[in-house]
Amino acid sequence: MAHEVVLLDFWPSMFGMRVRVALAEKGIKYEYKEEDLRNKSPLLLKMNPIHKKIPVLIHNGKPVCESLIIVQYIDEVWNDKSPLLPSDPDQRAHARFWADFIEQKVYDTAKKIWATKGEEQEAAKKEFIETFKILEEELGEKPFFGGETFGFVDIALITFYSWFYTYETFGNFSIEAECPKIIAWAKRCMQKESVANSLPDQKKIYDFTVWMKKYFGMD
Amino acid sequence: MAELKLFRTWSSPFALRVVWALNLKGIQYDTIFEDLSNKSSLLLQYNPIYKKVPVLVHNGKPLVESLLILEYIDETWKQTPLLPEDPSERATARFWAKFGDDKVMLSVWNVFIKQGKDQEEAIVTAQENLGFIERQLSGKKFFNGETIGFVDLAFGWLANLLSIWEEICGVTLIDHEKFPMLSEWIQNFAGAPIIKESWPPRDKLITKNQALLEVYTSKEAPK
Repeated sequence: MAHEVVLLDFWPSMFGMRVRVALAEKGIKYEYKEEDLRNKSPLLLKMNPIHKKIPVLIHNGKPVCESLIIVQYIDEVWNDKSPLLPSDPDQRAHARFWADFIEQKVYDTAKKIWATKGEEQEAAKKEFIETFKILEEELGEKPFFGGETFGFVDIALITFYSWFYTYETFGNFSIEAECPKIIAWAKRCMQKESVANSLPDQKKIYDFTVWMKKYFGMD
Repeated sequence: MAELKLFRTWSSPFALRVVWALNLKGIQYDTIFEDLSNKSSLLLQYNPIYKKVPVLVHNGKPLVESLLILEYIDETWKQTPLLPEDPSERATARFWAKFGDDKVMLSVWNVFIKQGKDQEEAIVTAQENLGFIERQLSGKKFFNGETIGFVDLAFGWLANLLSIWEEICGVTLIDHEKFPMLSEWIQNFAGAPIIKESWPPRDKLITKNQALLEVYTSKEAPK
């Protein structure tokens, strides 16, 4: 087969979702392979021997790892439609900065909101809100972080939206009350088919997290 | 005439990456040295979120985070490309640079600040990571092939800081037998003129890292 695209993924992963959104934005047909992270497939271990993690995009037999690196790869290979990154170096640098900021600041803090209690949880909530307020300021009055069109930074962030109900329920707070513009932006993104079809339902993620906490004895 | 300023410290290995990239491409720029215990208002204005060096300011617009700065430099000045043209090879280069910063650096640093059994475990982890890099080199002169590129600059700290830490602590992490390719890469990279001429003074680096290691080692020591 001339072009073969396979995605090794795990349905609740916000990193995997980024790749799903990027592939959908570009209209790329691919084979989705669900991994059981407690029993990783030989293919995953072969394609990502260093981290043994999803997502992995396999294109014509060659693996690409790390979600934001994969999204950039998709943008560079399928460059005939729906550009995800701007063409101007200044604007590209700006987009990469904010995607990297999201990468550095969101995941670990957000995880602590559902995985910890007491003081540690409160500190995580505070940091989470601070981070999203910074993002809200960057968004400003623009419809998307990319400006008029949905792009790289939007993809980097929107997948966390599927986990918002989980964060809010375990953390006992409202993200909308703290960052209304972020929620407005998220709902705008969810109107896009590429996003709506790639993100699981928020309640499903919550149920999964409840199960995961029990299974790993995190209660 | 484009205005280019680099905010750095004399010792930051991250800032050195930017120095090397600009020098490799033959780009003129001004250097502003920062004292991190007394950051200039300009630095705080240009990098309000992280408040760190390096910061590259091009025509008044700041770029931060060394690997992102390298990407910008490569896209703006096309001579002596740092990243390959092929998207698959570019993705691979980005992957290794990220692996270096996310995992390798910390695992190597841990070897020199931990003691006893913790240090033994740290050595195992660090050498496992270095093994991946060794195999990635697989007979090439540089990670980029015949010439220095993005991944070489990302791992540049290995060609200088590592020997300093090894000297201070009396621990050899990269020996020639276990890591022949990495050892040779270190020689090739450290010896390249553009790289060699920008190393910070070794004696100053030893003094500074001695002090740093003392601070971190005492934090790690069992109480």
